[in-house]
Amino acid sequence: MLEFYGQKLASRLLLGTALYPSPAVMAEAVKASGTEIVTVSLRRETSGGKAGGQFWSLVQSLGVRVLPNTAGCHSVSEAVTTARMAREVFGTDWIKLEVIGNHDTLQPDVFGLVEAARILASEGFEVFPYTTDDLIVAERLLDAGCRLLMPWCAPIGSARGPQNPDALRSLRGHFPGIPLIVDAGIGRPSHAAAVMELGYDAVLLNTAVAKAGDPVAMAAAFGTAVEAGREAYCAGLLEPRDMAVPSTPVIGMAAFS
Amino acid sequence: MKLTVNGQAHEVAAETLAALLRELDFQGSWLATALNGDVVPAGERDRCRLADGDRIEILSPMKGG
Repeated sequence: MLEFYGQKLASRLLLGTALYPSPAVMAEAVKASGTEIVTVSLRRETSGGKAGGQFWSLVQSLGVRVLPNTAGCHSVSEAVTTARMAREVFGTDWIKLEVIGNHDTLQPDVFGLVEAARILASEGFEVFPYTTDDLIVAERLLDAGCRLLMPWCAPIGSARGPQNPDALRSLRGHFPGIPLIVDAGIGRPSHAAAVMELGYDAVLLNTAVAKAGDPVAMAAAFGTAVEAGREAYCAGLLEPRDMAVPSTPVIGMAAFS
Repeated sequence: MKLTVNGQAHEVAAETLAALLRELDFQGSWLATALNGDVVPAGERDRCRLADGDRIEILSPMKGG
């Protein structure tokens, strides 16, 4: 069974809580997806605590685990401080660690990421690092104390799907016992199924559901796609072949001339 | 005392972080605070004394991806 830091999970889909048309639609999408983990953030409170309180009450009513993020942090110190504040507010050692390196691509600053991961792991955090698909960075993150990895498959919110399946396949091959979650870049259920077919353990996404025409229906579609991809991987996929191979028996064909 | 709270200038009478939250009407067990970049846990806000020019962040749960 799937485990993140000792926590057993039935669903292989993690869902973000941002960008939905309304909080009610977000709540319905979470239910429809079947997810057991949603991502949340910390931001400056502007209304005496009321806005944050309402959101937090809604999330707590969903009965799912929360994975706080350090989204938007561009330095190690920002990310570490945000993680410490998140631990106090959300009451979890889990942290989705983001150290952003570039405003345009939102790609991780992998050097800062490894440094922040080391600090947080030493403080007892259970780090979910948002990283690239670079093998050596992945090794450094594991050395730093991470026990799972969250490589992107394309830039955040780009909906492009797997841009470098070979790199994802390489990570899977090198770390057979480490939970691997594709985080960022998924646009369609077929993208989610494709990375699950590579043997990935789970998928984290937000925009593709939240910005769909019908977010609740799309959440359900992603839930189904993730399961289908996983079942296909476990069933053993046929490898591509260079030549056609007939599926209907060739022996026993009638001779008409 | 002049402080910067969530990026905005404030002139306040409060001398501790706990008093500042009361003065600015911030309430809720879900609030997180930091003073000059360091986390101040809820239980330490009463003892956390403020000084002119301090930077305070008051954060709260928010949607996220």
